[in-house]
Amino acid sequence: MNRIDRKFAELKGKNEKALIPFVTAGDPDMETTEKLVFSMFGAGADLVELGVPFSDPVAEGPVIQKASKRSIDGGTTLVKIFALVERLRQKTDGPLLLMMYINSIYRFGTERFFKLCAEKGVDGVIVPDLPYEERAEIQRDAEQNGVYPIRLVAPTSHERTAMIARDAEGFLYCVSSTGVTGMRGSFSTDFDEFFGTVKKYAKIPCAVGFGISTPEQARQMGAYCDGVIIGSAIVKIVEMEGRACVRHVEEFVGSVKKAIKK
Amino acid sequence: MSKPGRYGEFGGQYVPETLMNALHELEAAYEKYSRDKDFLDELGFYYREYANRPSLLYYAEKMTKDLGGCKVYLKREDLNHTGAHKINNVLGQILLAKRMGKTRVTAETGAGQHGVATATAAALFGMQCEVFMGAEDMERQSLNVYRMELLGAKVTGVDSGTGTLKDAINEAMRDWTSNVESTYYLIGSVMGPHPYPQMVRDFQKVIGIEAKKQYVEKEGRLPDCLVACVGGGSNAMGLFYNFIPDKSVRLVGAEAAGKGACTPMNAATMANGTKGIFHGMKSLFIQNDEGQIAPVYSISAGLDYPGIGPEHAELKQTGRAEYVSVTDEEAVRAFEYLSKTEGIIPALESAHAVAAAMKIAPGMRKDQGMIINLSGRGDKDVYSVARYRGVKLDEQN
Repeated sequence: MNRIDRKFAELKGKNEKALIPFVTAGDPDMETTEKLVFSMFGAGADLVELGVPFSDPVAEGPVIQKASKRSIDGGTTLVKIFALVERLRQKTDGPLLLMMYINSIYRFGTERFFKLCAEKGVDGVIVPDLPYEERAEIQRDAEQNGVYPIRLVAPTSHERTAMIARDAEGFLYCVSSTGVTGMRGSFSTDFDEFFGTVKKYAKIPCAVGFGISTPEQARQMGAYCDGVIIGSAIVKIVEMEGRACVRHVEEFVGSVKKAIKK
Repeated sequence: MSKPGRYGEFGGQYVPETLMNALHELEAAYEKYSRDKDFLDELGFYYREYANRPSLLYYAEKMTKDLGGCKVYLKREDLNHTGAHKINNVLGQILLAKRMGKTRVTAETGAGQHGVATATAAALFGMQCEVFMGAEDMERQSLNVYRMELLGAKVTGVDSGTGTLKDAINEAMRDWTSNVESTYYLIGSVMGPHPYPQMVRDFQKVIGIEAKKQYVEKEGRLPDCLVACVGGGSNAMGLFYNFIPDKSVRLVGAEAAGKGACTPMNAATMANGTKGIFHGMKSLFIQNDEGQIAPVYSISAGLDYPGIGPEHAELKQTGRAEYVSVTDEEAVRAFEYLSKTEGIIPALESAHAVAAAMKIAPGMRKDQGMIINLSGRGDKDVYSVARYRGVKLDEQN
């Protein structure tokens, strides 16, 4: 059983929402990322997303764009990220996902990439620029290695939702609103309608992400589904605090966890 | 049979889910209107009455004699309204955007020619227009920035990355993801996710259709060679497309080698690119082993793109077209050569094609002929060339 399934089953039993924080791997350096992942799991994170930096992240807002640049400038490579995962796996069994662009997988070699995912302990991959129609790019290799390609649905998906949700695995990543990642003051999406459609078709848990930055927003959004993804708000702390970010991130993750438990 | 939107293994639709319905709507609208008589009549009207089509096919007699090889013809896309081939595609897409009920158009621009063409058409059709342009390019092409503003467009500078065309496209795609309902993203080259490469090629193929007819009228036969510059590849695709079945016609794309294809300062995707997936398409890109897209360089802002349209990638793979690299120095020499020889100042982009042609023509027989696509005029590049030659111009007064 994939760690993602196990985690969501466990949360369901406790009637709890999943908290899924994101950090860019290698920002500000790999050592800090390693500490961050442990401390986030310790503070109540249920799954952790590691961002693989890409030179031209078109789905990201300025915060994660800058983090990607810092990480690439620091010499982050996929091989180093797999080494990080290997170190993490010696101490944690928490589900780990890689969030990355299709070119990073394609250029690395799709078969080699998924073999390493399985070998080192990556449970799922989120590829924002790989829509349903192009899923064949990774589907077979992911399946053979037991790694879940996490599918995304957006408020603009409408009738596509049924098709995307039908045989999705792990959880369904619900993009909260149009636009790129990053903090938003408010959302213009009609969430009742959006999650109404999603819930109608999804047979697996749903988690919402993009633009959620405060414990209060996390609580509100969490009410619609099974989990909340927070990226830019955490990456912003890393940007501001540098290597000293661990304690601050831990505190923030703890406060979000508390809010969504209410 | 490959899927629609595929050119061999290249092409596809690699975009965020948020944009997928918008792309499908665009596909459907394009399918419908590309066969719609009213649409085609209206486009033909604007080509003729507004853009100055058909463009001339000019026999460059002095250049022919000087090079001492085959006859050299110039397809004068520089004489189009706004000074480049870009208007052909923009008029087609803006008429489509109007029919789709969009109120805002956005575009990326490198040299500024596509941005100017988009701002022009937006003014004509009363649409809101925002153009994304790399900060570095805004400096190199300040004249075109002001031109776009005169036309009523908002020009947004992009600081990220190298501040050039690639980064402008990133930002335009981000904007489109945010404003997908109201906005029509008007891509300027044969690149991006399907249906853009096909649609832009179809709106540009008028170049090749006219050129074939004009050449046959003048020479009673087909040309032996076509030469066009390639950044994303739209003017080349426009000229080549109607000649692809004519196997006797050699197709040559000239890409930007910057300071040399073997130096780090180049934009020679065909020489140095590897297969990748970026900007919505599978194609060739200049990238490192990690798949990080590399910074590229050319004196010509319109050619410094680290990728190439997917149909070109296929034409290269099948060997139907060949691609050569032209350095800044060669392009600047060709720029000066054409100005002095024929009294025509070409765009620096087009000067890459002229430079390639200057190498090929002398090796061809006198009874043979070639067409160079003179994709744009060079007024915008006069300052860049002066700077390159160390000539100080007072740009402000």
